Amino acid sequence: MYVAVKGGETAIAHSLDLIADKRRGDRAVAELSLEQIDQQLGLAVDRVMTEGSCYDRALAALAIKQARGDLVEAIFLLRAYRTTLPRFGDSVPLDTTSMIVERRISGTFKDIPGGQVLGPTYDYTHRLLDFSLAASGERPQAPTAPVDSAQALPRVGDILERDGLLEPPPQGSSEGEKAEDLTRQPLTLPASRPLRLQNLARGDEGFLLALGYSTQRGYGNNHPFVGEIRFGGVPVSFVPEELGFAIEIADIDVTECDMVNQFAGSHDVPPQFTRGYGLAFGHAERKAMAMALVDRALRAEELSESASSPAQDEEFVLAHSDNVEASGFVQHLKLPHYVDFQSELVTVRALRQEVEQRNRRAALDQAAE
Amino acid sequence: MPDSSIEGGAYNYAYLDEQTKRMIRRAILKAVAVPGYQVPFGGREMPLPYGWGTGGIQVTAAIIGRDDTLKVIDQGADDTTNAVSIRRFFAKVADVATTTSTEKATITQTRHRVPETPLREGQIIVFQVPIPEPLRMLEPRETETRTLHALSEYGVMQVSLYESIARFGRIAKTYNYPVMVNDRYIMSPSPIPKFDNPKLDRSPALQLYGAGREKRIYAVPPYTPVKSLDFDDHPFEVESWTECCALCGSRESFLDEMIVDDAGKRMFICSDTDWCERRR
Repeated sequence: MYVAVKGGETAIAHSLDLIADKRRGDRAVAELSLEQIDQQLGLAVDRVMTEGSCYDRALAALAIKQARGDLVEAIFLLRAYRTTLPRFGDSVPLDTTSMIVERRISGTFKDIPGGQVLGPTYDYTHRLLDFSLAASGERPQAPTAPVDSAQALPRVGDILERDGLLEPPPQGSSEGEKAEDLTRQPLTLPASRPLRLQNLARGDEGFLLALGYSTQRGYGNNHPFVGEIRFGGVPVSFVPEELGFAIEIADIDVTECDMVNQFAGSHDVPPQFTRGYGLAFGHAERKAMAMALVDRALRAEELSESASSPAQDEEFVLAHSDNVEASGFVQHLKLPHYVDFQSELVTVRALRQEVEQRNRRAALDQAAE
Repeated sequence: MPDSSIEGGAYNYAYLDEQTKRMIRRAILKAVAVPGYQVPFGGREMPLPYGWGTGGIQVTAAIIGRDDTLKVIDQGADDTTNAVSIRRFFAKVADVATTTSTEKATITQTRHRVPETPLREGQIIVFQVPIPEPLRMLEPRETETRTLHALSEYGVMQVSLYESIARFGRIAKTYNYPVMVNDRYIMSPSPIPKFDNPKLDRSPALQLYGAGREKRIYAVPPYTPVKSLDFDDHPFEVESWTECCALCGSRESFLDEMIVDDAGKRMFICSDTDWCERRR
C-alpha cells in the first residue's frame, strides 16, 4: 500500500553520516592533511580562493577536503563562511607594479623593461603522464635566480599608453570614493566597470573561458594580444582610521592579465588599442585571461561597437557567471515538484481529453457523410 | 552579537549578523509599503544552496525571534526533506519552537503551497521564490521588465494569456499564475498551484516573498486585493478533482497523485499534511 515520503528527518541524518564516510574513504589509506592540499593541490586552492572571494589558503584547503575535491562545492563552502565575516574596511588598491614576480610574459614585445620571466608554467611541458610521480620519493629542489625585490616593473600597457597607442585605463571608482561591493549590495544594471570586474573575478572559470573563447571564434571578436601576464606576490595595505596612514597587513599572490585589443576608432577617438583586464588570486592564468577577454567584450557599448554576441551582453554574462548560483538553481530541480507537476497533469489530461473528443466527433461526422 | 547558545558562539542569533538583518528588514518595510513591487536587497550567501529557499530563509531569519513558532512546508508537507532541513536549520540557529500546525505557527515558511487552513491576522507567511519577475519568461532582460513595471505596461502578459486561449481554448497556465496586486503591480505568487491563488486575496496574514538568488523581496500586506489575471469571457478558475483524498476524504483540498503499483494504479491524497492529519 501507500508509502509516503516520510521520515525525512532520519533519512537526512543517515545521508549526512554516509557522505562523511564517503569523504574519508578507505581508512587504510592515510588521511589528507590541509597542508598537503595547500602545498600539492595549490592550484585548486587558488581557484577556490578566487571564486570564493576569500584569500585564505587554509580555509580553502579545508573546503576542498570537506567537498572531496568538488571545487564548485568548495567555493560554495568558502563563500558561505565568508559572508558571515565582519568587514572592517577597504584596502588601498593593490599596486601590481611592485609585484615580486615569479613569472611575467608579454605576447606583444620580444623584450620589455625588466625582461620576460618564464617562471613555473605548464605551457612547455609535454603532456606525458609522469609515472615517476606514482611512486613516492623526494625531488631535487629547482635552482632559482636571486630576486631583486627593489626593482619596480612597469606594465607593458603603461609604456604603450605613453605614446597614445593604448587608451588610458577605463575609469573605475575615483580616489576616496567608497568601493562598491557586490557581496553586500544587489547587482543593478547597467553595472559600473568595478562591479562588472568583481562579478567576473568571482565568476566561474569554465563559463568565462567558454565566453572568452567564443569572442576569439568571431562572436564579438576584438583581436586580443597578451600585453602582459604577471604572477607573484604583492603587499596589501590598509589605512586604519586611528593611524591615518597605510600599513602593510599581508602579502598575497595574484595573477594579472592586461589584454591589448584592436579598436577601429570612433567619431571622437582615433584608432588605438584598448584594454581588457583580468585579476585572480594565486596562479590562475586561464582565469585571468578569460576574464580579460570578457571584460573587453563587455565594453562594446562604451566603445560604440555593435554588441550582438553573447560575450558582449552584460545582462547575459553577469547574471549567469556565478557558479554557486547556477549550481544551486540547476540542482534545485532535485527537490520535490509534486504540486506543480500535479497541476500540469490535471491540465494536460484535460487538454488531451478535449482533443480526443474533437477527433471522435470528426470521425463520426465523416462516417455519417 | 554572537550568541553563545548557537554553534558554540560562532554565529549570530538566526545566523545573519544584525546589520544584514536590518538591511533585510528595511527591504521588507519598503516591500510592504509598495505591495507587489520587487525590492532589490543585498542577498547574502546562505549555508543552503541557491534555489533551495535562500530568499525565504533570509526573510525568516530577519523577522524571527525567540517567542516565534515556526512551521516549514514544502509542497504542502511538513515532512519533505527540504522542509525538514530548513526547520532543523532554524531550530539550531534561532533556538525557536517549531510546529506542523498551521494554526499554532506565527511564521510559516513555504515552498509551492499555501496551507488549506485559512491564515489569520498576526500570522506571517514567507514564500520561497525562484524567479520573482512574473514577466521573465516573456522578457528575459531585467532592464526591460523594470521599465514595463514602472509604466504598468502589461500588454505582453495579457497577450500571452490570450495566445494560450487561442491555442488551447483556455488559459493553460497552472502554477505561478500571475496576479495583479492592489491594482498596480503584476506579481509572481511563486510556483504555487493556481488552486492557491484565491487564498492570497485579502488574506488577513502578512505575505512576504523572498528570492535569494535573484536578490529581491516583495510583499502583500494584510487585506490587500490580489486578483488572478483573466478575461471576462474566460474567467479564472482553479483545478478540481473527481477523486477525494484516500486518507481523510477531503474534496476541497489540493490533491497529490501517487502511483501505487506497477500497473500504474493511482491514489490521491491531500498535499497539505497538517490539514489531512487533523481531519482523519
